[in-house]
Amino acid sequence: MSASHSAQDMQQTLLKQARWKWPEILFWLALASLYVLFPSKLSLLSEILILALLALSIDLVLGFAGIVTLGQGAFFGLGAYTAALMGKWGMGTAPLSDPLIGLIGAALVSGLVGFATSFLVLRGSDLTRLMVTLGVALMIEELANKLKWLTGGSDGLQGVLIAPILGNWDFDIFGKVSFVYCYVVVFVMFVIARQFMHAPFGLSLLAIKGNPLRARAIGLPVNERLVMVYTIAAMMAGVAGALLAQTTQFASLDMVAFHRSADALLILIFGGAGYLYGGFVGAFVFRVMQDVLGNITPQYWQFWLGIVLLLLVLFIRGGLLGLLRHLRDRYAPNLMGPPSSSRES
Amino acid sequence: MSIVLETKNLSKSFGGLKATDNVSFQLKAGARHALIGPNGAGKTTFVNLLSGVLQPSSGSIWLDGQDITNWTSRRRAISGLARTFQINQLFVDLTPLQTLMIAIAERQSSGAHLLHPVGSRKDHVEESVELLTRLGLADVMTQRVGSLPYGRQRLIEIALALAARPRVLLLDEPAAGVPESERGQILDVIDALPKDVALVLIEHDMDLVFRFAKSISVLVNGALFMEGTPSQIANDPRVRQVYLGEEEIAHV
Amino acid sequence: MLTILFDGLAYGMLLFILAVGLCVTLGLMNFINLAHGAFAMAGGYVTALLMNRLGVSFYLCLPAAFLVCALIGVVLERTLYVRLYEKTHLEQVLFSIGLIFVAMASVDYFMGANPQNVILPAGLQGRIDLLGASVGIYRLFVIVICGLLAMGLQYALIHTRFGARLRAAVDDGRVARGMGIDVARIFTITFAIGSGLAGLGGALGTGILSIDPAFPLKYMILFLVVISVGGTSTITGPFFASILLGVADVTGKYFIPSIGGFIIYTIMVVVLILRPQGLFVRGGSK
Repeated sequence: MSASHSAQDMQQTLLKQARWKWPEILFWLALASLYVLFPSKLSLLSEILILALLALSIDLVLGFAGIVTLGQGAFFGLGAYTAALMGKWGMGTAPLSDPLIGLIGAALVSGLVGFATSFLVLRGSDLTRLMVTLGVALMIEELANKLKWLTGGSDGLQGVLIAPILGNWDFDIFGKVSFVYCYVVVFVMFVIARQFMHAPFGLSLLAIKGNPLRARAIGLPVNERLVMVYTIAAMMAGVAGALLAQTTQFASLDMVAFHRSADALLILIFGGAGYLYGGFVGAFVFRVMQDVLGNITPQYWQFWLGIVLLLLVLFIRGGLLGLLRHLRDRYAPNLMGPPSSSRES
Repeated sequence: MSIVLETKNLSKSFGGLKATDNVSFQLKAGARHALIGPNGAGKTTFVNLLSGVLQPSSGSIWLDGQDITNWTSRRRAISGLARTFQINQLFVDLTPLQTLMIAIAERQSSGAHLLHPVGSRKDHVEESVELLTRLGLADVMTQRVGSLPYGRQRLIEIALALAARPRVLLLDEPAAGVPESERGQILDVIDALPKDVALVLIEHDMDLVFRFAKSISVLVNGALFMEGTPSQIANDPRVRQVYLGEEEIAHV
Repeated sequence: MLTILFDGLAYGMLLFILAVGLCVTLGLMNFINLAHGAFAMAGGYVTALLMNRLGVSFYLCLPAAFLVCALIGVVLERTLYVRLYEKTHLEQVLFSIGLIFVAMASVDYFMGANPQNVILPAGLQGRIDLLGASVGIYRLFVIVICGLLAMGLQYALIHTRFGARLRAAVDDGRVARGMGIDVARIFTITFAIGSGLAGLGGALGTGILSIDPAFPLKYMILFLVVISVGGTSTITGPFFASILLGVADVTGKYFIPSIGGFIIYTIMVVVLILRPQGLFVRGGSK
């Protein structure tokens, strides 16, 4: 085997990882088919997609770069308020109330705050990062609560009006347009995230997560990359928040609350970090469980969520997708090519 | 020949302990230099100072006539100063191929590229494959680094440093912890390192030192004890004493 | 003004008793038990149940709460927590959040969501004049008890054999193990005492804190602030941190009610950035 021949093989091996695989295509088709299958559950499905996008944004930071965060909900909330305020000020007409411009505005605001606070997570241990991100998120939550004239405080922001999408499709009460809108936006966001993570940028994040000391020693600008991914993830979380505010035409303190960061983190860990799809799997299981158990009594839901968390940490590292991969490596190692090297943290 | 790396009165203290004591050291282009000394002589501290992992308490470091004392390790790395670590510092969850792709991308400042997938740069893949093949790692290119035997991982340490195309390479005990059966491979690789790369071999193992080094510095208690050719060092009674002293302790 | 300071002091002292176990166990095993507040909640509920259903005196409830919580602590440590020491901080955090959820839901299910009220004994009601300020007797009682406990802990840490071993283990677990100190056993005992103290704090605080199912989550954040400001290598650090926070919180809320929790979150973030090892820690050894 000559060296050049082997180089060609290796190039194919590398490129193959970035190629869309059948299970992925099926996954997105199945997601789209839910529109037809469950027409009465569209608002729940939209909410799942939004939650999944938030979890995806954490995946970039945690699953790839290895930065633990308990504050992603703050960017979500910032995005939600930005989009809602733009809708309110625009009074239902373009440009301010245009949903796509609203998304861009939300991404910019969240991205800006994400960029500014990213410098706080560059140093320190996991624990320090957890506390710093939590602290920043709590400050933003408290700020939203206190700036009553802007945010409406605990009453929420009323009078949010969103113009029709591209001037054509208005949001209907059955949530049909909302679902399609969410699906398209979340898909686009996913494609972007996927592209970034399969590019040299994503690989360099895995290197930082794997060994920051060595990453620096080979000339990798660790801090620069972390700032970059943190900002990108904040923008994504902002878009997710904007989607929720636009489709519900409302923004409330609940959207910046601490529990949203915690929920999203749980969803990601539950689904499996570092796979890009973990947030989607986790969001589905989480919200469906919440719907079923929460309908019996709210405490039931919290109790079982707690139990699931305990079992997850004790027995299944790497979440549901980690479990799946483990089973696949064990029983059908050749089903989907070589195991990817991006394992759980 | 020109001097590529130089330290002037370099010192580093931890609390009251002087780990590096006023070391002035020069390295010529393409040199084969060994840095030796008994346990705790401050060899690894010296390497950490050179590579920017630690900041010196006083003194300065020069690379190609530029003062790099306050540079980050990253800037030193992209300016041609590469190192390996005494204990493997690798990306254990990645493959050797991915590892080298990262290093090459950073050298070419394309490590932050967002859109084209890893592997779209054919020249990067070719260089990675060529380097891995040269170091005898062709058969494990797509396996997880953490799953490889220790000796193979030591070779990846060297490959990773070489991917930066350094002019100065600091090898911190390259054969440490490697089983006898895999040792030969590492020695061959060091033998075949490019002649224009100035090599500093930090070693404990005298066989290795006398096999490769053309010049030797002896470090004792953080200070430069003496410098010379291998035969000068081997026949110097004071150096023998330093080492014999240690040997005796080691045998008790 | 003095009255407010005094209230802040009482609150801070209480916070210290609640949080000290968490700080020491974190320093000892590098293990973060965010569910620590659940022990305090348990102490509060033990007190409420004993007093309201069985008519036990408040003074007897305090040691009872300590014992019950210490016992729960030992059982949980030996059965569950022991499996977590080797795991990452993230996993520990998730696990303890899971525990919090289970505890909150169980309490909500059995006791309802309303805060528990207890009627303090007559001897603790009313106010007296102290240094020209009108001071609640109950708060004075809290300060005295907590102060005695803090002094007792500090004394035990410095002057007893166990304390010396504990300090050695916190300083460097590996070296301590090498010297033949049974770190796991020390940890179990420390964990039990810490849980017991949290329970005692919960019991003692029934008149100041609101004992309801949301307790563990509400105080988790305060505990984190105490850790970040006080560090985990001493108990004097968390002590001063608690008092600082207690006073800052009470006076802040009194003078600028609209600012709410903003002060303490700001303190926490600023301290974490400037002194990642804690404000009251000498040097930065780790």
